[in-house]
Amino acid sequence: MSFNVELKSVARHYGPVRAVDDVSFSAGTGEVIALVGHNGAGKTTLIKLMLGLARPTAGSVAVLGQNPAAGDASVRRRLGYLPENVSFNPALTGRETLRFYVRLKGGRPKEEDALLERLGLAHAADRRVGTYSKGMRQRLGLAQAMIGTPAVLLLDEPTTGLDPELRQQFYGIVRQMGAAGATVLLCSHALNELEGNAGRVVIMNEGRKIADGSLDELRHIAQLPTKIRLKTAEDGTRRLREWMGEPAGLRQINGHIVEFDATPEAKAAFLRRAAGEGAPFVDLDMVPPGLDELYAHFLAGRILR
Amino acid sequence: MNTILLLAAKEVREGLRNRWVLAATGLLAALALTLAFLGSAPTGTVGAGALDVVVISLASLTIFIVPLIALLISHDAIVGEIDRGTMTLLLSYPVRRSQVLLGKFLGHIAILAFATCVGYGLAAVALLATGKAIGGGSWTAFVAMTASSVLVGAVFVAIGYLVSALVRDRGTAGGIAIGVWLVFVILYDMALLGLLVADQGRFVGDGVLDALLLFNPTDAYRLLNLAGSDDIAAASGMAGVVQNAALGPAVLLAALAAWIVAPMALAAAAFSRREL
Repeated sequence: MSFNVELKSVARHYGPVRAVDDVSFSAGTGEVIALVGHNGAGKTTLIKLMLGLARPTAGSVAVLGQNPAAGDASVRRRLGYLPENVSFNPALTGRETLRFYVRLKGGRPKEEDALLERLGLAHAADRRVGTYSKGMRQRLGLAQAMIGTPAVLLLDEPTTGLDPELRQQFYGIVRQMGAAGATVLLCSHALNELEGNAGRVVIMNEGRKIADGSLDELRHIAQLPTKIRLKTAEDGTRRLREWMGEPAGLRQINGHIVEFDATPEAKAAFLRRAAGEGAPFVDLDMVPPGLDELYAHFLAGRILR
Repeated sequence: MNTILLLAAKEVREGLRNRWVLAATGLLAALALTLAFLGSAPTGTVGAGALDVVVISLASLTIFIVPLIALLISHDAIVGEIDRGTMTLLLSYPVRRSQVLLGKFLGHIAILAFATCVGYGLAAVALLATGKAIGGGSWTAFVAMTASSVLVGAVFVAIGYLVSALVRDRGTAGGIAIGVWLVFVILYDMALLGLLVADQGRFVGDGVLDALLLFNPTDAYRLLNLAGSDDIAAASGMAGVVQNAALGPAVLLAALAAWIVAPMALAAAAFSRREL
């Protein structure tokens, strides 16, 4: 199988700074992959390597089967990119800006109108970009990345400045693009919003890849406990604690709520018991480990090693 | 080619929108009209032709103002776009860096050409309106002066790009652009004059002087226009230079062309090596 994006032991050093160090991964069609990491973890450098704007110090990068630094126009025509903090000339209107990029990419005539419509900017198409809000500029940026329905989409911090509703809309579009066969790579440090939106997560730290897999796989590898929260009738927590046998690490949240962390095995055992008659609680909530916890886990492992 | 024209058109559109075109045209027109009327007053009806005087005044004006405008619009062209992040986006498109540079160049030259032709054209029209008789030779000199003013503008646009491709931040580019203007427009000639006075013709012969004049595009422009025709040379006081200088229009034009090509080539080299 050939991959849309393939990185083999890629390194990019700026003097003594190892912005990217020995990173390998590949992405096939229809994959939505999140690159996750702190600021300065090497996400943007990775994107620049894939765009051919930076040349690797070692290793090789292939996008759509070509070396992006060679500047092959046919590859760039099938590539969409949304930079971090996208900016446009404030004096031009949204339509003018988008038309320029459509023509530059050899897109269909009037494609700009369809894209403006799709991203909900049609009403502001003839206003200057300078009058746009941050969210509108970000949508215009996404519109230009979608010109010509690219096979590879590189999105650098795409949801900064978007309100929750626009975020949902944005991920809706990303899922559509993925379903249509595009490889979508998006950088983010807003981890919680990736849940359900990114099929795969690559965690970066200090230029190195420290984890790579679907969220479920990562959870399995990390063996992180699930948080179980139990609610009893008023002042019923004493009975509950006795029933549970006063496990270590039980946290009393208030008079009728307790919480504890259960490893996957302990969780199953507890649930079997809790399903029986006479379990002294009225409600139960389970919170699986989120990306924030996963990220912290992999980061801690990295530092210990 | 299409890509280059597209980039040039965008540059012109932005120039129109952010009033650069308007400002440059307005400035050149205002100064040209002022010089046309002040300049034609003392000549009266005899003596030098009215348009010849205007050509001389406008040529001197060009040397000061056109390089300044050219450097102002060009010094930010590369480093500014990199700084704003628009260059990264542009280069993710199917565009070569040389195309970006050439497209910007064509766009900026179009803006300069428009400003110069309209500004100076207005001065000529105003002169015509006063009903003075103007000979054919004067018109030729006027057209040549206007065209070579655009050429000198192109030289400084190219130099501006070179600065823009080399420096790390916009402030530095601005500072160097002002420095370039000071050197070529003021300091170089002062130094040259000082050298000639101090030397008293012992070491600096005609050949050396010619070479030194070609090393400054504004001097090449000045010789091209002020010494170009006998009438104008006489009126501008350049007759003495004309007799000595072995620099014909072809050599001067070639020098100006070299002053465009060399900085553009260097700018392209610097820009293509630059990582974003």
